[in-house]
Amino acid sequence: MGAIVEGLRRVFQLDAELWHIVVLSLEVSLSAVLLATLVGLPLGALLAVKRFPGRRGVIVVLNALMGLPPVVVGLLVYLLLSRAGPLGELGLLFTPGAMIVAQTVLVLPIIAALARQALEDAWREYEEQLRSLGAEGLRAALTLVWDARFSLITAVLAGLGRASAEVGAVMIVGGNIDGVTRVMTTAIALETSKGDLPLALGLGAVLIAIVLVLNAAAQLVKEAAQRRFG
Amino acid sequence: MSSSILPLELADVSYGSNGQAIISGVSLRIEAGPSTIILGANGAGKSVLMRLMHGLLQPTGGTVRWNESEPASLRRRQAMVFQRPVMLRRSVLANVLYALDLAGVPAAERERQALAALEEVGMGALAQRPARVLSGGEQQRLALARAWALHPEVLFLDEPTANLDPSAAREIETVIRAFDAAGTKIVMATHNLGQARRLGDEVIYLHAGRVVERAAIDAFFARPASAEAAAFIKGELPWV
Repeated sequence: MGAIVEGLRRVFQLDAELWHIVVLSLEVSLSAVLLATLVGLPLGALLAVKRFPGRRGVIVVLNALMGLPPVVVGLLVYLLLSRAGPLGELGLLFTPGAMIVAQTVLVLPIIAALARQALEDAWREYEEQLRSLGAEGLRAALTLVWDARFSLITAVLAGLGRASAEVGAVMIVGGNIDGVTRVMTTAIALETSKGDLPLALGLGAVLIAIVLVLNAAAQLVKEAAQRRFG
Repeated sequence: MSSSILPLELADVSYGSNGQAIISGVSLRIEAGPSTIILGANGAGKSVLMRLMHGLLQPTGGTVRWNESEPASLRRRQAMVFQRPVMLRRSVLANVLYALDLAGVPAAERERQALAALEEVGMGALAQRPARVLSGGEQQRLALARAWALHPEVLFLDEPTANLDPSAAREIETVIRAFDAAGTKIVMATHNLGQARRLGDEVIYLHAGRVVERAAIDAFFARPASAEAAAFIKGELPWV
């Protein structure tokens, strides 16, 4: 306990440097979650609404992808973005952009799979009414996403948890470069390996606090909206 | 929009699910004009028959044919009100606007039509309320307003008052009469005999997935031709 207090004191002495790390962490993870949400929610909704051959197989694969090891994703994105790789010309490797790409790949299956589950339950209630009104396919899927928007917050938060907690992918594609691609998790890993455990603990406490605040805010929004809209 | 989508022709229609026949060999012609009541006990196949007519289910045998071959046009010109209405998580007005949007009504005209439809069911004052927090009776009236705004040629109603108290049910019946007066063909499933008499002109009596009798409403109740219908009327009457 004393170590955490000592760590927190040290963390807040880092001021400008720490501030940069915190802001970059949030930028990377929130951007990744935003991108994954924009793609993942409609994707999950289409899987909930559409019946096509091989649908069950797609769902199994999607669920399995929720467990993708971050280091493997990091490695694949690294190969994709490295100078000799297919997307090497973008020059993204070891930039925050590369970290966003890697985290998007990690988070997308989580958001899509959880959305698919939640929306499939909603679709059972809505299907006949929407088909009767003439909404099918993508239109029905988007209506469903909007109507279930409050319960989908949980899926997005699960994605955010994954993004803000992982270290393997951003370490590989970002490189943990001081002042450029160092984020909270890679900083914690670094301080730990340097043996500065109090500082690592302090950074960890800050990370947990940020995640807690984000989740609490989302929960409040969700509850207020549900009271209002039923 | 020149000619009517009616008559609707069902030829030897069957529907089964998991090897169980729910509708067997139903041949019917539904004409414009008289309000048609589909009557039968629970499990007789009333809901499934209406879903086959409305196009929510595809028959496993036989054909359902409307006097209109273009699917989008056919969809726009009929509506269905379900036993449990499904409201979108948005305002009362937005629920009606959504239906008008799907029906291809130009944006500039939607609001006026939607408000007129809400007035018709007596819900003009509730336009801005969130639809999901309305009472059951109000939700069902909203479902009718949503249908009213579309000016359907045919309105299917699947036991629309089964979950409502008597006064809410009366309000629903009033709106259904207004549809009839406006020239919309009513096809309604019910097992409420009083309601069938109040709203219907003819009865199609369904038993175990088959049409056993079709008659004018007064003739049906005075002299049911089939033993099944006679037993049903006798059994149900005390609870009307």
